Amino acid sequence: MRQDRSLLAILVFAVVYAALSLTVTNSYYQLMMTLVLVWATMGLSWNLLSGYTGLVSFGHAAFFGLGAYTVALAQNYFGLSPWISIPIAAVLGGIAGLVVGLPTFRLRGHYFALAMLAYPLALLYVFEWLGYQEVSLPMERVHPAAYMQFSDGRIYTFIALVILVLVMLVTRRVERSRFGLALMAIKQNEAAADAAGIDTLGWKLRAIALSGMIAGGIGGFYAVVLLVVTPIAVFGMLVSAQALTVAMFGGVGTVWGPVIGALILIPVSETLHAELGAWVPGIQGVIYGCAIIAVMIAAPEGLFWTLRDRFFKRAPAAAAEAPPPSPENVVAWSAQRPRRTVGDEVILDVKGLSKSFGGLKAVQDVSFQVRKGMILGIIGPNGAGKTTVFNLLNGFLVPDTGEVLLNGRNIVGRKPHQLCAMGMGRTFQIMRPFQRMTVADNVLVGAFVKAATDEEARRLAADAIRRVGLADHADEIAGGLATRQLRLMEIARALAGQPEILLLDETLAGLGHGEVDDVIAVIRRLADEGTTIVIIEHTMQAMVRLVDHFLVLDHGAVLVDGEPEAVTRDPQVVEAYLGKKWGAYAHN
Amino acid sequence: MTAPQIIENILQALVAGVLVGSLYGLMCVGLALIFGVMRVINFAHGDFMMLGMYAAYYIFTALGIHVLFGNGFGPYVAAVLAGPLLFVVGYGIHRALISQVTGTRTLGLDGEGHYAQLVLTLGIALILQNGALIAFGSMPVSIRTPLSISAWELGPFWGDFVSVFINKSRGIAALISGVVIAGIALVITHSRLGKALRASADNPVAATYMGIDVDRAHRVAFGLGVAITAVAGGLLATTYPFHPFVGLEYVIVMYAGVVLGGMGSIMGAFWGGMTIGLVQQMSTLVLPTQLQNTAIFVMFLLIVFLRPQGFFGRVVERT
Repeated sequence: MRQDRSLLAILVFAVVYAALSLTVTNSYYQLMMTLVLVWATMGLSWNLLSGYTGLVSFGHAAFFGLGAYTVALAQNYFGLSPWISIPIAAVLGGIAGLVVGLPTFRLRGHYFALAMLAYPLALLYVFEWLGYQEVSLPMERVHPAAYMQFSDGRIYTFIALVILVLVMLVTRRVERSRFGLALMAIKQNEAAADAAGIDTLGWKLRAIALSGMIAGGIGGFYAVVLLVVTPIAVFGMLVSAQALTVAMFGGVGTVWGPVIGALILIPVSETLHAELGAWVPGIQGVIYGCAIIAVMIAAPEGLFWTLRDRFFKRAPAAAAEAPPPSPENVVAWSAQRPRRTVGDEVILDVKGLSKSFGGLKAVQDVSFQVRKGMILGIIGPNGAGKTTVFNLLNGFLVPDTGEVLLNGRNIVGRKPHQLCAMGMGRTFQIMRPFQRMTVADNVLVGAFVKAATDEEARRLAADAIRRVGLADHADEIAGGLATRQLRLMEIARALAGQPEILLLDETLAGLGHGEVDDVIAVIRRLADEGTTIVIIEHTMQAMVRLVDHFLVLDHGAVLVDGEPEAVTRDPQVVEAYLGKKWGAYAHN
Repeated sequence: MTAPQIIENILQALVAGVLVGSLYGLMCVGLALIFGVMRVINFAHGDFMMLGMYAAYYIFTALGIHVLFGNGFGPYVAAVLAGPLLFVVGYGIHRALISQVTGTRTLGLDGEGHYAQLVLTLGIALILQNGALIAFGSMPVSIRTPLSISAWELGPFWGDFVSVFINKSRGIAALISGVVIAGIALVITHSRLGKALRASADNPVAATYMGIDVDRAHRVAFGLGVAITAVAGGLLATTYPFHPFVGLEYVIVMYAGVVLGGMGSIMGAFWGGMTIGLVQQMSTLVLPTQLQNTAIFVMFLLIVFLRPQGFFGRVVERT
């Protein structure tokens, strides 16, 4: 089992490191061995938030520093032992994470990264102003061990090792749970994750709280090891930079990355500092800088991933396309459209939907109904407002006016992940598969919204994969799939959340002729099995063979609403697509 | 404190804020040019500014500028000359290092290569700081000009009570900064080069199809950005002492300014930097000096939360 092997690897690492540290008697090297573990832990803390969600934080020093000051001040003012205050520091770090995360998660990308920078720096000056330029931990002569003070430096190494192993186990657990999958989904595409039923803000807050706890705890331990706390040493830019450097150097988004990074970088920088620093001050920084530049150019995704890709590359998915499913079926479907019977029950009722962006009326007074089991095609030229309608339906946008009734309940104002849970699934025009994950894991992300247990989620995912006909590819890495398979995988991801109604955004775009038939066959089958489908497309050809009903949009408004045969002959539609001349022609 | 004194203090802080703000603004414009065109977070930018300060210092003292132009105006000439020199440095570093992890090469990487860029520029920052430590020593130096201890007096107003002093050195520096900004604005909006830069920033792939060499545009943008910030550094050096690690103090200010102005907006960055200068100086009226920087960060966070796209930025998001 892979799972047992990775657990074993962590244990072997811990035992080897402990054995190695036993042989070290020089107190300077003992300190270095402890610091390696401290920074590895800090790197893992950073990784838990930034590595998995992709939201780069430049501000982890805030949590680290709060932890360090908590321990230092608690011992000075209340005589509290670090054995007690380090857990307190961890809790405070977690709370700080929530306080920071709640407003800052409104920002994305570079804005998030740079806003995070402000927190530790603001705190740095506050602590200076409070008069804590230098706080040292008092020596306890009576019961040193009760205050985590040991004359043998190796004991600190052991404590640090225990903390690191714990954090590694937690990270590993997160990585393999729905927590980790949710974070990775957010990293790939936050909007898509939201639409797949993932409560993105909730998971991000959990991630930053856990990350803050780890950073706060290890910051507190750092204070114990160094015995002195200064604002620059714990809130400074270099602390945040160190955390992200070890993680990025080793590899982001994996348990081992930050550990590898710290194992290499900390000894190198410390040794350079000790050996060369006295000789020519600054030379160690130059060499260290050159070293990390060289490695980043050679391994831009970090050592772990680059080495893994080079030496343990999984055999690429068998390049040969799987044979298209039963050709005679496809022919039958594309040749003549068998009449499908659609019930009378209205499950989606859209009334007078409008949305403007500034002066641009993207959607104007759009109304339509979707009956259970129906395939509705929304067509229209580019810029007609098709995707905006979807964004209004699944909660990405809030309409200016109008109502959307899903099974009779007005859903305007609800969040995308809530709507997903209520049965509104969707795919996207721009595909964002999770490249490094298998097809099965990709689909699993969408299954959690309806599954109570991981077991059930796996079952739902497998079922969805089977329904779109990708069962043979379930264990392949998504990065190796062809466009047709990726489209089907996206449909499977949406299906895994057991939607009542499935919104497909240009699912047929970019597919070859035979592939279109293939995907159409799958969509029809889903409809026959009871899923209601709304599909956007801007070409009419393929749609005529697929849908039961058409909604034609032009300039944000409904142009025609009717049966496929009627719509294709409607002069207005022909005009919108082909221009006035042809419109007049069709009229005659 | 009497009312005129309060008014005088406020006016004085306002003037000081505008003067230092115009230099912050210039720095921010340099960074914004790089960030706007390349979307790369360059942690070494403060250290390029530090290099610009030392360049101005040595151009002034060693190249004989002080003999040619005298101690009064020599420093400003030196500061401006530091620009072309640092352009070459920036252009070269981009070609040798930055281009390896940016632009068209990184499209397939995790996070589009941002991780590698961050660590790479951190590495460059380390080399520049420590290299400067080896080359120039750790003692703070400054470019001395007699103008920095004399001032123009405005006023007195309200009888004899209120008058405002403008430090001559800072006043001249602010003027030069204004001229440089105007020049940059002209280049960006009216020249062929500016067009290529804007196109590369807007849509690198489309720009390539239009026959624009995007990688070259990136190199030029990086060189120009470094050069502009170096001039700002040279000007700053006439009133503030500096040392090899001075970049760390300013890189934060620069990023705050760029974000405030709206990422990608070059003129916005100037006003962002100006805002920071003003807040920094005005905050001294009500807060202890140690909390000056805290005030900057708190204001920064507030503005970012209230208007995440900055003063001049646009929100562009597609599903």
